[in-house]
Amino acid sequence: MTTTPSGPAFRIDLAGLATRPAQVWGGVRLVPLVRAEPIEDLRLHQELYEPEYAAVPAGRRTDYLAYVPHGFVADWTRDGTPAAAYGTRLDAPSAIGATAPPERIRVRAPRRLAKRESRTRLRFLPLHLALEGYLALHFGGPTITWEEWSDRAVRHGLSPRAEEAYAGDRVRGLADALRVFEIHPGQCGLLVYVADALAAAFVVPHPDDYRALHRTLLLDLYGELIHHYALLSAAVPEFRADLRTAGPVNSVAELRTAVAGQERAWADFHDDTMAGGLLDPDYRAREVRRLGRFRLARFLPEFRPKQENHIGEAITDEDGRLAYLKTFRLSESQVRRGHLLDRLAAHEWHLPSAAASLGLTEPQLGLRIEGAGFAGLLRQDILDHYRRAARR
Amino acid sequence: MESYGDLVAAEDVLLFVNAAITGTGQREFHGGAAEQQLSLEFLHEYMLVNYRGPYAAALALDINDHNAALIVRRLLESSRDATAEQRHTEGRLIARRLELLPPQRVYRLIGELRRAKVNNRRTRAIVRDWLAARPDQTLDAVKYRAGLKRALRHTHLRPAAAETGDFLYAPRRRSAYQAPLLDAWRRAHHQQSALYELPYTVAEGFARRHGIPRAAFLERIEPRLTGLERLRLQESARAAGATAVTADGAALARMPLTRLASYVLGLPPADRVARRAELTGALRGAARRAVRAAGAEEGGWGRVAAVLDDSWSAYGSGVKRRRPLAAALACHFLLAALAGEYTALWTSGRTDALLARPSGPTPLGRRILDALDTAPQRLVIVSDGWDNAPPGLAAEVLRVWRTRLDPEHRTSVVHLNPVYDAEGFDVRRLAPTVPTAGLRDAEDLPALVEFARFAEGRTDLAELTAHLAARTESFLTAGATGRRPTAEETVR
Repeated sequence: MTTTPSGPAFRIDLAGLATRPAQVWGGVRLVPLVRAEPIEDLRLHQELYEPEYAAVPAGRRTDYLAYVPHGFVADWTRDGTPAAAYGTRLDAPSAIGATAPPERIRVRAPRRLAKRESRTRLRFLPLHLALEGYLALHFGGPTITWEEWSDRAVRHGLSPRAEEAYAGDRVRGLADALRVFEIHPGQCGLLVYVADALAAAFVVPHPDDYRALHRTLLLDLYGELIHHYALLSAAVPEFRADLRTAGPVNSVAELRTAVAGQERAWADFHDDTMAGGLLDPDYRAREVRRLGRFRLARFLPEFRPKQENHIGEAITDEDGRLAYLKTFRLSESQVRRGHLLDRLAAHEWHLPSAAASLGLTEPQLGLRIEGAGFAGLLRQDILDHYRRAARR
Repeated sequence: MESYGDLVAAEDVLLFVNAAITGTGQREFHGGAAEQQLSLEFLHEYMLVNYRGPYAAALALDINDHNAALIVRRLLESSRDATAEQRHTEGRLIARRLELLPPQRVYRLIGELRRAKVNNRRTRAIVRDWLAARPDQTLDAVKYRAGLKRALRHTHLRPAAAETGDFLYAPRRRSAYQAPLLDAWRRAHHQQSALYELPYTVAEGFARRHGIPRAAFLERIEPRLTGLERLRLQESARAAGATAVTADGAALARMPLTRLASYVLGLPPADRVARRAELTGALRGAARRAVRAAGAEEGGWGRVAAVLDDSWSAYGSGVKRRRPLAAALACHFLLAALAGEYTALWTSGRTDALLARPSGPTPLGRRILDALDTAPQRLVIVSDGWDNAPPGLAAEVLRVWRTRLDPEHRTSVVHLNPVYDAEGFDVRRLAPTVPTAGLRDAEDLPALVEFARFAEGRTDLAELTAHLAARTESFLTAGATGRRPTAEETVR
């Protein structure tokens, strides 16, 4: 009963989105993405929840519990005509008071992580699709009951699995950087770099949506790595335009050419080098929903240790054009856990062959499983045996 | 031959003047209030210790009221460090500047001196002279009751009339006052109709106490409103249902340019479109008056191009709402009046100045390039200096222009910056080759452009000192001729 994401290889393609100059504030670099033609027939808007918990039934007597500060609602049309953004609903304070006493925490229970609210509306919790995909990675545990695995592992799989992340307002400097950021006309996306590590990518279909959702980046989750970088890093330098490389300039027209060259050079450098870790690798995508001509999918990386690994969710149209994207950068330990589970699953959870493929001895792999926090999966006597073998 | 020390001194003085023109210790778009105050405090301390003469002379320049009050306070605090001659000049400068400051600022300043326990003979004499020159002490007693009380107590002065003394210190001693204003104040405690004889700010408190509905109160207090109060209140009064409070065209036509620009930007776009002719006329008129007041000639500047910043950062902050944008809009109309042939380029690419609103990035480099394309004689850039699309492009374009395309200086370029950068202790510069000056009111633009030449290249201290001396002289003689400042000047 593995829930391995399957499907065709998926690549993030920023075609149609032009990179504009970055704006730097302290250690945070924000790179705007501008769409020449906005997508009119799919619109996103925010659904604000009161600060409360969300519980989603994940199975019998199991609930997925999360603190969800906001959700997104996607509206689309079937015939390609423009969809109207669903306006923010304002409740009178008395109405709120009548339904929810403020001194208590309500547990809100959206029934599904992605729920169809009507024929052309879908409500989903941003990043939770992606995180759910990561947490449910080989959630079921061993498929074949090799003798090394404990009873618990075989019966209950990896449950419960938990990962930690930081809310955006805990990432130092991010709030100020988002506040002083000047939104470009036609802007439909933003790449967030913290200490020049790509922290998150965010793309929406329409500039109006972006304007409305800009500050939700502060409500999002950021990995441990990003939080630590923000805390420890010094200010990053700006990439200042430099016309000395353009050669001698003898007229205003030549100056104009040189300026255009500078703007192009930045966009190329950014897309090739700075965002390379996000754009170059292949991802394993799994479709979650179809929304008219669009599809909502979550994707997982190949879990290559010591490299950038992003999980995320995307809405693409029938040509693979990106309408919505939200990514989360995994920290190094999360990548290692994902990598380990992936290797084990690839070898049907058979320890000796998995160890061989990783270039390790069996006890070394056993200790690595323990180190990754999965000690409970191995039988205690087998683990003790591995420890003894390693000590020798 | 000027020494290295002279160069540093000149730079320091220029830096301080820029800071004193723009810095208000309030929150800005990029910096918090605490940072701003700390930064300004440091600059004042540094100037006072190292360059006392120029520090006092700054009072004669178009610096803002916040910094003027700070300078006065620090000069009075450190009287004993000054020579007799310095004291004489300082005393005249302070007296003249206090005349120009709004009274509430002076009363606050006296309160600060009291807290700092500064009560030397000079301070008492200055406060005495200032109080004696106030036109109506009974009005001050009602309107600035706490301030006047503190000032008299601090300097051991007697009030102008015995009645005023009772009013301030023992208001219940008398059952009636001779002065109508004082008596109105007494009656307003129990008689609703009396409060309409009081100034608006005082009556407002009484109206609240009597539970008078806002609309009814505004309707009846309307004749007592000052021009600025009327302007400030008219929108909220209309919302409250009081139709009597309206600023007529004549009031608009009397307003100073930058304040008028702020007012226009505060109106919703639909109103601006509906009143386009009226507002444009008022702005043009104010600009023409400012040009005449500055002693410049309309159309005398030849071909002028302006790059005006209406990026999102021109919003300023909650406490200085749209201040940088208002400065840019005012400069737009002033330059239109000064120029023979005028091109305005807003960073957003919009062309309708009246509908300006802060939004979008700051592609200064591109806009400067467009402006240079028109081959202007003068290029004026009004921006907070945060060039970000891409960063540093404006500096590069200006550098290449100066070194490769216009080495003969056919175009003079100047950058005016309305925002103080707390971190840099100065206004942000665009490029080392372009002089940058702090900008408070667009009306000072001709003087600032003249002043900015000091910031271009190597600064000559002797020349700068001479300039400061000339400004001090004209500032003091304007006061000595006995000309009372007009209401407008007091407001500024």
